[in-house]
Amino acid sequence: MTWRQKGLTYAVVVPFAIVLAFPFAFALITMFKTNLDLANVEHSPYLYNDLEGGFHWDFWNYATTEHVRFLFEDTNYPTWLLNTLLVGAAVVAITLVLSLPAAYALARLAGPWGQSAGIAIFLVYLVPPTLLFLPLSRIVTELGLKDSLWALILVYPSFTIPFATWLLMGFFKTIPQELEDAALVDGCSRFSAIYRIVLPISLPGILTVVIFAFSLCVNEFIYAFTFISSSEQRTVSAGIPNDLIRGDVFFWQSLLAATLIPAIPLALLYNAFLDRFIKGFTGGAFR
Amino acid sequence: MEAQAATWRPTSRRWRRALESRRFLAPALIAPAVIFMALVVGVPFVWAIYLSLTDAIGGSLSGDWVGFDNFTNAWHDDNFRRALRNTLVFTLASQAVVVVGAAVLSNFLVRDFRGKWIVRFLVILPWAAPVVLSTITWLWIFDSLYSVLNWTLARLHLDNAIVWALDVTHVEQGAQAPLQWLGRPNLALLAITLVHAWRILPFAVVIFIAGRASIPNEVEDASKIDGATGLKKLWYVDIPLQLPIALVAVLFGIVFTAGDFAVVYLLTQGGPFNSTQVLPTWAFQIGINSGSLGEGAAISLFLFPLLVFVSVAMLLFARRAQVT
Repeated sequence: MTWRQKGLTYAVVVPFAIVLAFPFAFALITMFKTNLDLANVEHSPYLYNDLEGGFHWDFWNYATTEHVRFLFEDTNYPTWLLNTLLVGAAVVAITLVLSLPAAYALARLAGPWGQSAGIAIFLVYLVPPTLLFLPLSRIVTELGLKDSLWALILVYPSFTIPFATWLLMGFFKTIPQELEDAALVDGCSRFSAIYRIVLPISLPGILTVVIFAFSLCVNEFIYAFTFISSSEQRTVSAGIPNDLIRGDVFFWQSLLAATLIPAIPLALLYNAFLDRFIKGFTGGAFR
Repeated sequence: MEAQAATWRPTSRRWRRALESRRFLAPALIAPAVIFMALVVGVPFVWAIYLSLTDAIGGSLSGDWVGFDNFTNAWHDDNFRRALRNTLVFTLASQAVVVVGAAVLSNFLVRDFRGKWIVRFLVILPWAAPVVLSTITWLWIFDSLYSVLNWTLARLHLDNAIVWALDVTHVEQGAQAPLQWLGRPNLALLAITLVHAWRILPFAVVIFIAGRASIPNEVEDASKIDGATGLKKLWYVDIPLQLPIALVAVLFGIVFTAGDFAVVYLLTQGGPFNSTQVLPTWAFQIGINSGSLGEGAAISLFLFPLLVFVSVAMLLFARRAQVT
């Protein structure tokens, strides 16, 4: 690349990166602010200021971790994190059990109608929860699952299965059929061929599905919000806006810490598995 | 091991043969997932349609048949009309921003440059972060008193330009009050659109890059030999080849934006004065808060035609994308 091209690239890419990452950087700054610093409109929101609004290079002496401590010790935040992990793990397990066989069958066995069936399953993913939450909230109550994590574990696979089936279909298609055929000719049964050949090769793909399905569960709001009303049973997405915002009282530093903490590991995982995600997502049908 | 297999085989030979045959195996493997989906998506969906035709209220799963009354009642309600309009405005406006942004950004992100991984990490953040959580951060950015946006705009002397452009003067006790991003209808509409565009953009960029990667190198070489450069190449080669997959990204964006509940609910709860209600929040307001389950279901079903349209478009483009 020439110098001009390089300069142009940075001139486009850097502003985009700044705008897209701004809320996270800003949350990172704000979560350590002292109350007096935060509540003074004359103080720069980007810096840690002294009482007069002045900035010093030993800025950490003008910041506080008090609000992060509050979040972990005086709120249900750790419980919500744990609940989120539990629901996510259970949903991912159910998702894999149901969508691995389905995706394999659609990619390998179903022939020409497998493609159409795959797209049909995927279209279910496009049915927004906002269309289903009213009857589902009643059904959940009738089943006696209201206020229980089981309600979420039961309902979340409704959007993770289509998504996972689609991705897995894409991954399975990238495995050469000849590998399996060779195993079958050598006397393997279909299942041992799957177990010994297909699953090991598609392990990275399966991990990708695990991560993205898990993240869909963390993202979900309306079911978690309507099915669960006691604080101890909430997941992070429903717990933070419900319990850390009380009427007009916002615990802003704690709130922002609460929003940033789950985002960081998810972002790292997304980055690590992004290329595989793309491969599976576009491999499913758009090839 | 072998002996075990030998004793096992005779009793289950028929089973084994069945398991090896495609005609039996394929449906058997697909059935559990399909049955599960029918139960957790199909049943509530049909139920939603049924509820929308009854006068069911909160706390029950049925009601008296009222035909299409819920739909006509909703339709004649000004708040519903506004919710429908806002759903369309948010969806179309944010997707317009997303398409332009993603087209530009993906074009540069495929190049090799120093620090690419950190740029990629930062760009993907809004997509990776749970939407509820990042929306709360936006709530703070748009705060009525401490908005960092206002602070920055004031230091850049741009705040008056926005007041003038959007006609949102707000004078309190003789002095210009801070811009109420979520407190004035015009500004709130803009703010919600921007948040939607912000959170969908990284996903679209990723899909656009995938679309780029799916174009074989031969095409690139051939167009070079044929002398296609610059805008000509963009118009005759790049855009037509990337169009199908770009449209897929847009269709996804439409579904994610139109069906979204969290962003509007957390930022404005549909206010001020229901000026930013969308179909999902209005359905929630009527169906859960007011307890009119039937009418709430009817309101949420207005999303369905949009969904059908997107699905059909998706199928068509998926097919076309395969051909190329």
